[in-house]
Amino acid sequence: MSTALRRYPVLVALCVAALFMVVPFLIVAVNAVKSPAEYSQNGPLSLPDGVYLDGLKDFWERVDYSQKLFNSLLISGAVAVLAVILSVLNAYAIGIGRIKGRTWVLAFFVLANMLPQEALVYPIYYLSKEAGLYDTRLSVIIVFTVIQAAFGTYLLSSVLGQFPREIIEAAKIDGADKWQILWRIVVPVSRPTIGVLLVFFFIWTWNEFLLPLVMLISNDNQTVSVALGVLQGQRLMDATMTNAAALLGVLPAIVFFLLFQRTLTRGIAVGAVK
Amino acid sequence: MTVTVEKRVTSEETHAGHPRRPRDSYALFLLPGVLAFLTVIVVPFLMNTGVSFTDWQGVGSPSWTGLANYRELMDDSEFWESFRHSLFMVLAMAAVPTAVGLVLAAALFDYIGKHFGSRIVAVLRACFYLPQVLPIAVAGIVWSWILAPTDGSLNELLKAVGLSSWRQDWLGDPDIALYSVMGVMVWVQLGFPLVIFMAGLQRVDPQLHEAAELDGAGWWRRFWHITLPQIRPEIYVVLTWCTIAALKVFGAVYVLTKGGPGGATNVPSYFSFTTFFEKTQVGYGAAISTVLTVIILALSLIGLKLQTRAGTA
Repeated sequence: MSTALRRYPVLVALCVAALFMVVPFLIVAVNAVKSPAEYSQNGPLSLPDGVYLDGLKDFWERVDYSQKLFNSLLISGAVAVLAVILSVLNAYAIGIGRIKGRTWVLAFFVLANMLPQEALVYPIYYLSKEAGLYDTRLSVIIVFTVIQAAFGTYLLSSVLGQFPREIIEAAKIDGADKWQILWRIVVPVSRPTIGVLLVFFFIWTWNEFLLPLVMLISNDNQTVSVALGVLQGQRLMDATMTNAAALLGVLPAIVFFLLFQRTLTRGIAVGAVK
Repeated sequence: MTVTVEKRVTSEETHAGHPRRPRDSYALFLLPGVLAFLTVIVVPFLMNTGVSFTDWQGVGSPSWTGLANYRELMDDSEFWESFRHSLFMVLAMAAVPTAVGLVLAAALFDYIGKHFGSRIVAVLRACFYLPQVLPIAVAGIVWSWILAPTDGSLNELLKAVGLSSWRQDWLGDPDIALYSVMGVMVWVQLGFPLVIFMAGLQRVDPQLHEAAELDGAGWWRRFWHITLPQIRPEIYVVLTWCTIAALKVFGAVYVLTKGGPGGATNVPSYFSFTTFFEKTQVGYGAAISTVLTVIILALSLIGLKLQTRAGTA
């Protein structure tokens, strides 16, 4: 009992620290449901009198938030699936196929993942204009598929490098070709890692800012992050609007977090400490 | 993220001795990946490097100017200033989160996990990790409103607790803005090291701690002599990863301050962005981003080296 009592200050300190982390979310949520009059009268720290949703509704319509959500979902979903496919193909050749020079190939993918987007952004902007892909969601999907696949290739290659050889040999004896082995054996067995990659690619792409900011200039193509970031950067919003924007930006992130919390933490463990 | 790769390479080498495996036919599977990488990463990267030796404006044909852009960079105080701010960002996004994350992870693991159960640990860990799933642009909106000068929550809070004299124009005062951005970045970044370290701690043999505890070692001594050395690979991973992220920080600066006031929070990434797209000095912008790339790649290699050494030790 006495040792437990000695632990309580640590618990309290950690709870206070954790509270500090979530307080910004809480005040945003509280203020997003206040009317402008209430906000200007009582300031940001008071509790709301009631739930006033007109601010959120106005903002939703003004920025056409449904469209932005759709764009983000489309881009992130497509990138997640395509980047996983590309990573699987690469990693199959490197991890299972053990192609010649695989160390160099792997180093190439790792370097591609480390390159700052700043060193790619202008040529990508220029080339996509030349190719007629500028300001299309497809351009962003292509670019992020490749960037995310760099990380996926790296991670999956190391997982597949430890794939039990006996299973593959057995399948070969049964007459399976490489293509069948990949889709019928390697992919199903690697499903946990692939699931982690899907979640990570989706969320990373959802959160990307620089390239979508440059590539998606028209309102109809912008993602949630870009639309909100640009509005904020232009300083066009009053306090109520800012809160509506912040809450609508935070909500999808919290939904993903609740949906994927297990995958996220497991995924980090897969990546860092195997 | 890279702890295991070198080990794997060596274990592969032992397999490579097997004769007559027709392994090269697998190369076909690499074809789509290699083509995609050439188009989206290699070609643009080479173009960017090439353009950095020209005075290209984004239209017309570029004319070769050799190292002129780099020479100009050497004398450009705005450029050096932006790199100086990068060091502050490394402090805020790598050094502080790693140090604080270590202590928090160890406290959660040793104290809370053992005495209050894993449910509380999971809830607390989730709270710390939450900012990590937020788009940085949204985090920027949240904080620029909290730090607003007139009716920002932080200033209102200071007034409410009787510290009115502490109120500041957090993002608008050139003397404070950089520290405000740093504070926001610590908040954003903390969850990443915490979660990685907690995963790493599960690897540490609990008997080491029990033996040390029996020998009368206190919590800090066990932390220092057992926990830290055991999760050294994770520490290198986190430091490398976060340092690179800090050098690339863009969205937060764009949304919070736009590099201002008066360049007080400008960083190389934002500097190259404005040089490309606002000043349309593409050649000069390419030179900035090339320097940034060289620094990041050098740091990545150092980080990889340290990790593999820690991983095999």
